[in-house]
Amino acid sequence: MLLLFALFMIGTTFSVASASTKQASGSLSRSVAIDEGRQIFLKGCSSCHGLNAEGGSIAPSLIGVGAASVDFQVGTGRMPMADMTVQAMRKTPAYTPEQVAAVAAYVASLAPGPAIPGSEIVNYERDGSTAEGGELFRTNCAMCHNFAGQGGALSQGKFAPTLMESDPKTIVEAMITGPQSMPVFSDKIITPAEKLSIIKWIKAAQVEPSLGGAALGRVGPVTEGLLAWTLGLGLLIGIAVWLATKAR
Amino acid sequence: MSHEVANLSDPGLPDHVHRLADSDPAAEKKAERAVAFLFILSALGTVLFIASYVYIPHNLFVFVPILGSTNAHQLFLGLGLTISMLCIGLGAVHWAKTLMPDNEIIAQRHEFRSPENERKEFVAAVKEGAAASGLGRRSIIKRTLGLSLGLVGISPLFLLRDLGPLPKEQLQTTSWKTGTRLVTDPGNRPIKPSDLEVGAVAQVLPQLTPGEERTLNNIGKDAVLLIRLRTEDFQLSPERLSWTHEGIIAFSKICSHMGCAVALYEQQTKHLLCPCHQSTFDVPRAAKVIFGPAARPLPQLAITVDSEGYLIASQPFTEPVGPSFWERSS
Amino acid sequence: MTAKEKALGNVANYVDERTGAAAWMKKNLNKVFPDHWSFMLGEVALYSFIILLLSGVFLTFWFDPSQREVLYQGDYQPLSGLKMSAAYASTLHISFDIRGGLLMRQIHHWAALLFMVAMVAHLMRVFFTGAFRKPREFNWIIGVGLVTLGIVEGFLGYSLPDDLLSGTGIRIAEAILQAIPVVGTYLAFFAFGGPFPGEVFIPRIFTVHVLLLPGIFLALITAHLMLVWYQKHTQYPGPGRTEKNVVGYPLMPIYMAKAGGFFFIVFGVIAFLSTVASINAIWLYGPYTPGQISAGSQPDWYMGWLDGLVRMAPPLETHAFGHTISWNILIPGLIVPGILFTGMALYPFIESWITGDKREHHLLDRPRNAPNRTALGAMSVTFILVTLFNGGNDIIATNFSLTINQIMWFSRIGIFVLPPIAFVITKRLCLSLQRADRDLVLHGTETGTLLRLPHGEFVEVHAPISQVDAWKLTQHEQIPALELSTEDSHGVRRGNALRNKLRSRMSQAASDQVAKPNETDLKELEGH
Repeated sequence: MLLLFALFMIGTTFSVASASTKQASGSLSRSVAIDEGRQIFLKGCSSCHGLNAEGGSIAPSLIGVGAASVDFQVGTGRMPMADMTVQAMRKTPAYTPEQVAAVAAYVASLAPGPAIPGSEIVNYERDGSTAEGGELFRTNCAMCHNFAGQGGALSQGKFAPTLMESDPKTIVEAMITGPQSMPVFSDKIITPAEKLSIIKWIKAAQVEPSLGGAALGRVGPVTEGLLAWTLGLGLLIGIAVWLATKAR
Repeated sequence: MSHEVANLSDPGLPDHVHRLADSDPAAEKKAERAVAFLFILSALGTVLFIASYVYIPHNLFVFVPILGSTNAHQLFLGLGLTISMLCIGLGAVHWAKTLMPDNEIIAQRHEFRSPENERKEFVAAVKEGAAASGLGRRSIIKRTLGLSLGLVGISPLFLLRDLGPLPKEQLQTTSWKTGTRLVTDPGNRPIKPSDLEVGAVAQVLPQLTPGEERTLNNIGKDAVLLIRLRTEDFQLSPERLSWTHEGIIAFSKICSHMGCAVALYEQQTKHLLCPCHQSTFDVPRAAKVIFGPAARPLPQLAITVDSEGYLIASQPFTEPVGPSFWERSS
Repeated sequence: MTAKEKALGNVANYVDERTGAAAWMKKNLNKVFPDHWSFMLGEVALYSFIILLLSGVFLTFWFDPSQREVLYQGDYQPLSGLKMSAAYASTLHISFDIRGGLLMRQIHHWAALLFMVAMVAHLMRVFFTGAFRKPREFNWIIGVGLVTLGIVEGFLGYSLPDDLLSGTGIRIAEAILQAIPVVGTYLAFFAFGGPFPGEVFIPRIFTVHVLLLPGIFLALITAHLMLVWYQKHTQYPGPGRTEKNVVGYPLMPIYMAKAGGFFFIVFGVIAFLSTVASINAIWLYGPYTPGQISAGSQPDWYMGWLDGLVRMAPPLETHAFGHTISWNILIPGLIVPGILFTGMALYPFIESWITGDKREHHLLDRPRNAPNRTALGAMSVTFILVTLFNGGNDIIATNFSLTINQIMWFSRIGIFVLPPIAFVITKRLCLSLQRADRDLVLHGTETGTLLRLPHGEFVEVHAPISQVDAWKLTQHEQIPALELSTEDSHGVRRGNALRNKLRSRMSQAASDQVAKPNETDLKELEGH
């Protein structure tokens, strides 16, 4: 019964997510796309990553990072970085999907690297298993992203972001490219089929209904303790004050 | 020198102030109605509770502001209980406050100390009783009684002995043996070095021999994290470098501090962080502790590849994994 | 006489003829209880405990305290088909399949949190008002025992469902056991029936959680209440209230209605929390396995301070003669808590030793009138707050854009620096408040009316405060410092000279007061 509900929720929220991510350069010929990507790269990226994407003192080389990496970093707005002191944050993308695709094509042309995942990931609903995904998530992801995908603290102010807004494509891209602090989860270690299960679990977690009232951020006992001291004790003291005051 | 100073004088208990309900029949009636209203509300709460239990299906969800999409069965059951309980209480207290007599009463306290003669008599009675038993004189009885009572106290400790086995070597050993293949957790697939790119990690366990079951006890000691770095990033002693394979280094995932799973690998800084107490380990320097309460690096597992090219342990762990214990020698 | 009254009389007669209870009951039905909101904190704890018993019994009907591995095939899809312990599976069953089961689980957990909250708040009230003084030292010790047991009982309950979070907690508890020198490994193996996690720990702690500890709780709570009853409740100072009397409402009917009603109110508030706020959603955590972990793994708040202490501990271990001593676990996990709780239990005796005050006290102190004690309390609270803050450092870091390293260093330094600062500030504050009280009694309140004196100076007219207020501000006694000599009458140094010196020093500090106004001061003022 719960399952039915969860499925219903997933079904309604998902179909919107991944429509725009198809290769936008379909109509362009490959070399034109690479050329356009190079132009965008020179304007927007080369000041840090070098004129030939060879990297610099403040930014890594992009040779061999692949199209998936570009699509993840630029497509989620993390690149270009607004502030070099903190980790790259998810924000409104600076480029259109077409431009992102062009830069991705350019970077992919420099050296082979992980490609943008294709249409097979759309099938996570059919091919994945939520429970298996949860098992994989708790072994490989929960230590940073928390048991419910809410994110968590890393050392020195870095953090693992919440996954509550992630779409299947960026989830896979993150796993195969290892952006920022995140390590790479190769296809041999977590197979593509297993990745679909992880996506399915995350998508279920995103719409996980609240069974017992407000979820309190799903970060465990800290918020619960805070609520017990504030709302719980506060209400009771308020009533006790009323109880002990003489009636008029 | 006297510290007694003349205190201000105690004005005594203030005069009783009457409540509205004491003098005004309308106010009294109003208070009575308020109490009755609360009790009726409580009854309605119970009706809501029962109705929710019987009629609201277990899988119905409703949207409530602040709470989000929440289970209707649980919500209305809880609301019913809240109303029924809270209103009984509020009604009873309101009743006591407004309608029951509110004259303050003064009760006198008495010192707890017994009168002197009673204390003397008590002491005498104890002394007399002790003398009558002759415990003071009969020292052999006193000593043998002490012996027997002391021994009786020990026997329960023996009964608790079978709570568990002696530790023996169990904390010192794991399932990793020379040649044990590393397999993925979950999945149990053997791993080749080429499966891991630079910057990749893998959670691994020892491969089971046919017919062997993996227990949580095993996982609690055997869990290992594989990390692949660039070989030039290592700052290891030659021996430890030989324990790595093509830039792949393996550490026990069980924290050397209190045994949580240390699997939080930061790819850029190459630090491993334990989410329980935030001990931070520097992977290129053999998981040296660089922050937090852990006092020892994570044990490193020596790895190599077998004839089929799969990663194997080239020897068992050379030190116990997990938290420290008294018998641990280093 | 109506028929009803007659029936009531018959019942009373029947009982009295067999027990002789009438005399005792008559006396105790008029038992006087003073009214104050802060006296209800202990009641919150008591009622939470009763709610814990009720909801706990409900949960035992379905909970299967076993670590036997089962395959979950229930309705909750994200866990369907996974292997887990029967304990975890049965907790899922209670949450998803038993009508009202989740509500009762949440009531049980919220009641547990509130039980601890109320006990700690009650303990602070008793401490800051000096209610622990003679003749109530025994009850203070019982109270400290109840808080200690509450922490253990709460931790065991949190551990029972065998989810990923609680399993991690057990893992840490096992590491603390294991770290005890000489016998630690044996204790751990006996407790767990072998290596961690084994298959017997949850069945064992279940018995302790539902039978042994509740039994001890019941006995201690009974003793606690009987002593309150017998010794009569303390009261706040006020006109007509003395050390020799107790002013309040009679048990029957006022206090019975209020206290009885308050039980339902506490139940209602806990039911409300359990309705609107999810707690310990174990189905999200997943079943426990030692190879998994979640970011932000935390214990419940009453263990959070311990976790915070463990996090901030220095990485110290001694390896010598083939043995290891883990100071990084022993100091924060056993030694510091041991010192804290022993010190807390002994505090009434320490204070009376320092002040030399061996008399009975039934009137409560206003915290400002015992600056040293209040400052000491503020210092302890600050200590615990720093540890709690560090215990939640990862959650705080992500929510307030801080780093765990910053918070850790702040706590490591703050744990030594902030409590003494809190002590000094609180003591100053108490003395300032005393000074303000003195001014109020001597000079009255400012009326805002200006008066021009004949020689042209403007002064503000002060109105004297009422006699009742003046009494409230001056009724307390100020205990002078002990004068202990280090030499006897012949000028020879006494054997206990050092002890006397220390005691004098502390007594001096404890008697720091702003002299309260007395009749002479007032008369003098009038003479002007």
